[in-house]
Amino acid sequence: MTFLQGIAASNGIAIAKAYRLVEPNLSFEKQTIEDAESEVSRFKEAIEKSKAELEAIRDRAQVELGADKAAIFEAHLLVLTDPELNGPIEDKIKSEKVNAEAALKDTADMFVMMFEQMDNEYMKERAADIRDVTKRILSHLLGVQLVNPSMIAEEVIIVAEDLTPSDTAQLNRQYVLGFTTDIGGRTSHSAIMARSMEIPAVVGTKSATEDINNGDLVIVDGLKGEVHINPTPELVEEYRNIHQQYEAQKTEWAKLVNEKTVSADDHHVELAANIGTPKDLKGVIENGGEGVGLYRTEFLYMGRDQLPTEEEQYEAYKAVLEGMNGKPVVVRTLDIGGDKELPYLQLPKELNPFLGFRAIRLCLEEQDIFRTQLRALLRASSYGNLKVMFPMIATLDEFREAKAILEDEKQKLISAGQKVSDSIELGIMVEIPSTAVLADQFAKEVDFFSIGTNDLIQYTMAADRMNQRVSYLYQPYSPSILRLVKMVIDAAHAEGKWAGMCGEMAGDETAIPLLIGLGLDEFSMSATSILKARSQIKKLSKAEMEKLATQVLNMQTTSQVIEAVNAATK
Amino acid sequence: MAEKQFKVIADTGIHARPATLLVQTASKFDSEINLEYKGKKVNLKSIMGVMSLGIGQGADISISAEGSDNEEALRSLEELLKKEGLAE
Repeated sequence: MTFLQGIAASNGIAIAKAYRLVEPNLSFEKQTIEDAESEVSRFKEAIEKSKAELEAIRDRAQVELGADKAAIFEAHLLVLTDPELNGPIEDKIKSEKVNAEAALKDTADMFVMMFEQMDNEYMKERAADIRDVTKRILSHLLGVQLVNPSMIAEEVIIVAEDLTPSDTAQLNRQYVLGFTTDIGGRTSHSAIMARSMEIPAVVGTKSATEDINNGDLVIVDGLKGEVHINPTPELVEEYRNIHQQYEAQKTEWAKLVNEKTVSADDHHVELAANIGTPKDLKGVIENGGEGVGLYRTEFLYMGRDQLPTEEEQYEAYKAVLEGMNGKPVVVRTLDIGGDKELPYLQLPKELNPFLGFRAIRLCLEEQDIFRTQLRALLRASSYGNLKVMFPMIATLDEFREAKAILEDEKQKLISAGQKVSDSIELGIMVEIPSTAVLADQFAKEVDFFSIGTNDLIQYTMAADRMNQRVSYLYQPYSPSILRLVKMVIDAAHAEGKWAGMCGEMAGDETAIPLLIGLGLDEFSMSATSILKARSQIKKLSKAEMEKLATQVLNMQTTSQVIEAVNAATK
Repeated sequence: MAEKQFKVIADTGIHARPATLLVQTASKFDSEINLEYKGKKVNLKSIMGVMSLGIGQGADISISAEGSDNEEALRSLEELLKKEGLAE
């Protein structure tokens, strides 16, 4: 029995067998062979096995993920049986007397290079298909198993170094009970995904992939951030009890699902949810979300090989707006670049991606992408209560330019006879200190603010949130951060606007009393945190929290703030 | 040998799904089937060959088939190109 301590990234307890999402070792030696004929048949056998495997994956993908996602495997099958690839490989085995692995690698590399050198973006992407197929054939030649997450057919806990958006897109929600990863923190992609899938997760264990074998029984304790490998029956029993208690607590919270969020002294705030896809709506409604405070539209652009069309986007936005049935939906326009890459955009690598060409900066430059998204949003606007939010705004000029583009598209659509809502609120994410400091000026022009704390903290503290060695600087309760938050809220209220928060901090037990005290109007969090937050807020007095907030703004350190909150709320 | 000229009308050209469909259809026949564009000839049963041509909208292409079922192969491919709105 082994124990790992990580970071609690998503609440709950999961007990299941481990499924390692880890690439096997595919290295080999180039060798001279005697019997070319049998080497060729070994190669053909590997092709057959790969073909059977890919067909099974394709069929499954068709059922679970739809024809769209299955198409990629269809293309892989064609590459696999391509006579222009296999012919030269067989020739090479025969003429050069090399092993199949080497003949495959050399030939495939040639094609990969050829495709990569083409000046067409789409063709460059195909190089990745050839690489994928080569890996699959190689795995069969070497007798190792590639990971096929879409083929999981029993309840498992996913063990990975880290999970990328395309990994999670392939996972079947029905069978994945929990995650544990080597790297990452509460705000990394895998953590956000786990919360949106409402499954427990422990990230940043450093050695999960080293210590956990396929099929090991694993307990993921997403409440305390612990992972137990091959636990004793007693511990399993203990955890089943904790799991039950947690479920019972959830049932208790569930009674609040249709209630308004009001403090003990009758002050109303709005609890909204952060979502990534229309699929997440179910969780929002089940958890009593009063709106969507952050719809991350990036996921529409990820895990595919070209930009989503206006029509695809329109359908997704419409589904979310209709699904929320008139409740507010804040859609953040494309926040890509930086750490969130889209391979098909072929953006150059940057030294400081978090400080680089991303989000609104990219959208104002690549206006085709931006305009397509805005048109889709405007067309969907008549189906619900749409609010549009621009990410990474650093200057008023950026906001004005983005707004002008939106107005331009709106006028064009209206002239063309398209129905567009005339009450779309336009706001910005406040995640760059320059904007927080100048919030009073921004408030004159925007309809609302949403404070993105994950980035606001990283930029204010100058600490990369992906770098574990500086993770101690991720201090949401630091008086400096709280002062910025206060500036933004006060600025909004002075102009009769509203201020929300859509970072991790909005759902944090220690932060909520302070944010109530500072007068935050809207709290947007993972859907699973909503009921717990509602139950907490019901017990807080706004008047008392105001006093607490005033007091902590003049404190010196984070630990003093935490102490004061604990003392005031116990 | 059977041969026929087409003009590509699909705005994405012969990419992704269209290329997949063409290769899948060609592979059903015994005939040797080639696709020619800008003087470059490739095996129409090879997805990599087809994609390597980078055929865009407005391209003039030629498909030729040689073998026992060449007429039928060409007819099927022509049907596909028209049905999918790829070429005329």
